[in-house]
Amino acid sequence: MSANGTSEMITINLDGNEVEVPKGANAIEAAKLHGKEIPHYCYHPKLSIAGNCRMCLIEMGMPMRDRGTGEAILDEKGVQKIGWGPKPVIGCATNVAPGMHLRTNSETVKEARNGVTEFLLINHPLDCPICDQAGECRLQEFSADHGRGYSRFIEDKNVKPKRTVLGPRVTLDDERCILCSRCVRFSQEVAKDDVLGFVDRGTYSTLTCYPGKELANNYSLNTVDICPVGALTSSDFRFKMRVWFLKRTNSICTESSVGANTTVWSREGKIYRITPRRNDAVNDTWMTDSGRDCFKPYESEDRLTQYTVDGVHQSPEVAAQAAAKLLAAGSVAVVASAHSTVEEQFIVQGIVKETGASVSLVKHEGDGDGILLSEDRSPNLRGALLNGLIAELPGADLSSLSAQVDSGAVKTLLVLHEDLTQLGLSEAQLKTVQIIYLGAFANAVSQVAQVVIPSLSVFEKAGSFVNQNFRLQKFAPAVPGPRGLVAELGVLAMMEAKLREDSLQVLTIEQVWSRMGEGEGAFAGLAWQKIPDEGLKLEAGSLAQLDFVESKNLKYDPATPEAAEALPA
Amino acid sequence: MATSKVIERKPLTFAEKTFLPQIATGLKTTFGNMLKKPITLQYPEERPVIPDNYRGVPTLVKDPNGREKCVSCQLCEFVCPPKAIRITPGEIDPEAEPDRAHVEKAPQEFEINMLRCIYCGFCEEVCPEEAIYLQDVFSLSGYSREEMINKKDKLYELGGTLPDQHFKWDKKKAAELEGNPEH
Repeated sequence: MSANGTSEMITINLDGNEVEVPKGANAIEAAKLHGKEIPHYCYHPKLSIAGNCRMCLIEMGMPMRDRGTGEAILDEKGVQKIGWGPKPVIGCATNVAPGMHLRTNSETVKEARNGVTEFLLINHPLDCPICDQAGECRLQEFSADHGRGYSRFIEDKNVKPKRTVLGPRVTLDDERCILCSRCVRFSQEVAKDDVLGFVDRGTYSTLTCYPGKELANNYSLNTVDICPVGALTSSDFRFKMRVWFLKRTNSICTESSVGANTTVWSREGKIYRITPRRNDAVNDTWMTDSGRDCFKPYESEDRLTQYTVDGVHQSPEVAAQAAAKLLAAGSVAVVASAHSTVEEQFIVQGIVKETGASVSLVKHEGDGDGILLSEDRSPNLRGALLNGLIAELPGADLSSLSAQVDSGAVKTLLVLHEDLTQLGLSEAQLKTVQIIYLGAFANAVSQVAQVVIPSLSVFEKAGSFVNQNFRLQKFAPAVPGPRGLVAELGVLAMMEAKLREDSLQVLTIEQVWSRMGEGEGAFAGLAWQKIPDEGLKLEAGSLAQLDFVESKNLKYDPATPEAAEALPA
Repeated sequence: MATSKVIERKPLTFAEKTFLPQIATGLKTTFGNMLKKPITLQYPEERPVIPDNYRGVPTLVKDPNGREKCVSCQLCEFVCPPKAIRITPGEIDPEAEPDRAHVEKAPQEFEINMLRCIYCGFCEEVCPEEAIYLQDVFSLSGYSREEMINKKDKLYELGGTLPDQHFKWDKKKAAELEGNPEH
């Protein structure tokens, strides 16, 4: 496998063509590199090899050598003979070796796949019309590609439980299970919560939880993702929408500083589910269950949907002008946020420079689980550091700001996302200052703020975050925001332009990035279009020496933060 | 340049000058039709006979047990060219309907916008459960756009029961209760 760190290439013969493949790769990965698909169910690139589905059968042969002398055995034309195996072998457990010959599409292989498919379909119910997996089901796809098209099975199909609740988020339909054991291996190897297993034998085999336990860990929904059929289903997404209606958008999980790559599945402005997107440097192919619920708070009633100035609804332009007027009066303090995108932080830094404001930022921490949930529960703390908003790690509350408000040194507050009443400031103190509040939800601060600027969620705007490994990752808007709202980047940019007495204009994210690329520091020379889908590792510089809160997790090691991404999974 | 050609007309014969043969031919057609069975219908009072494969208003049907056949797989919604169909899928509550719980899925809401429908019959063709049929209703009207959107109740009212003999879900239920006899 190329993931084991070796880049040594060897030559094998794949269906009659000499091709270069990484040494040690298995036949499935080697064939995939050259555009040939070997169908498989139980093999998963991030799990151990089980070899129990038998779908990836291929023919394998090695150049023949004399056993006694070790000399090559040649045919009459003087070419070394190939000793083909008498029976097909499984591709997932066949590691390529120099000179190996593989046939992925011969008559024997086709017949083998056809036979395996027929056996898998013997007891598989015809549930496709009600099955949530339909449309993304490997069995459905491979039955169409490699099956015979009709059934010779006239006996009664097996009957198994249809609605077993395995845990709070996972429901099992046992009839559909093809016993690939991906979920069992995932629970053992990645989630480290060994609760799943097969009981009984033959066609009685049933996936089940250990007696008295349930599949309740924070990674249980990954078993639903890797299930090649519709056996494991998400209780939340079950029967909600067919997958072929859903639009896929690349996004980044905002739950913690891990920044798991995600795909947001939406239809007509409504998000239906979030699934992980493979990125070997960040999250492999996994994400937390809790991260999949991140879109739900934004469907709540207390979301801010109106720009207001002194309680009167206004347009974004008027709100930005009113905010700029307040900021221009001086004695400003900014409460920045590690939930803002890199671009928003850059513009906020511009506002800070224009007004000479003091900046405070509050940390958000929780317990990490050592896998894909880190202690730092804000997605973009390193972005704030790289932007120069803060120079050192943030504190837990705003006691110094509180003192400044009391002494009258601060007369205007620009608050991004934070509820100050939770962070050591009283409501009486808030009434003594002018407040510009930017956030998604109504709270104690938005109620007393002079200017309220509603913000969009990560699913409704474009932007980028810098994760725990200083990896810059961008996300795209999946759904439109509430009617009438523009991305807060535009409003902040208008405020900054007004402060600089520049002409008032809405900046696009590309324009913001062209300004960031001109500056110095970590973003110099970068542009929005230059950020690849899999993210871009930034130079941390001296910031890497800071004592970050994250402990060792799947792709982060505080001892060697630079090399952490190369850790074996 | 266009050129014109002069065609010489023959003078009319005596019989043609009297017009009588032409009048006789015309009257033959007239009296012939007078004696034939009329082919027009007095429309609102009289209704045409609708052939079996007619594509009228799409409707939802129930099985002989009176249960809804649709399992909201949304294939008709997917295949519908003018996007007239809109389904909200839902899970059957096993406690509220224990005799139907094994079907698991049914539409919460099923809308067909008859202002959009083009009567192509793709929905009927694609349905894996044989639940949607274009039947013999061909004229419908309403006072508002909302009225022209057929909801689930209306669709079942129009559709009625299909007397097929599949009993697919009954067999499934029997297997669930008794298990596979080979086991």
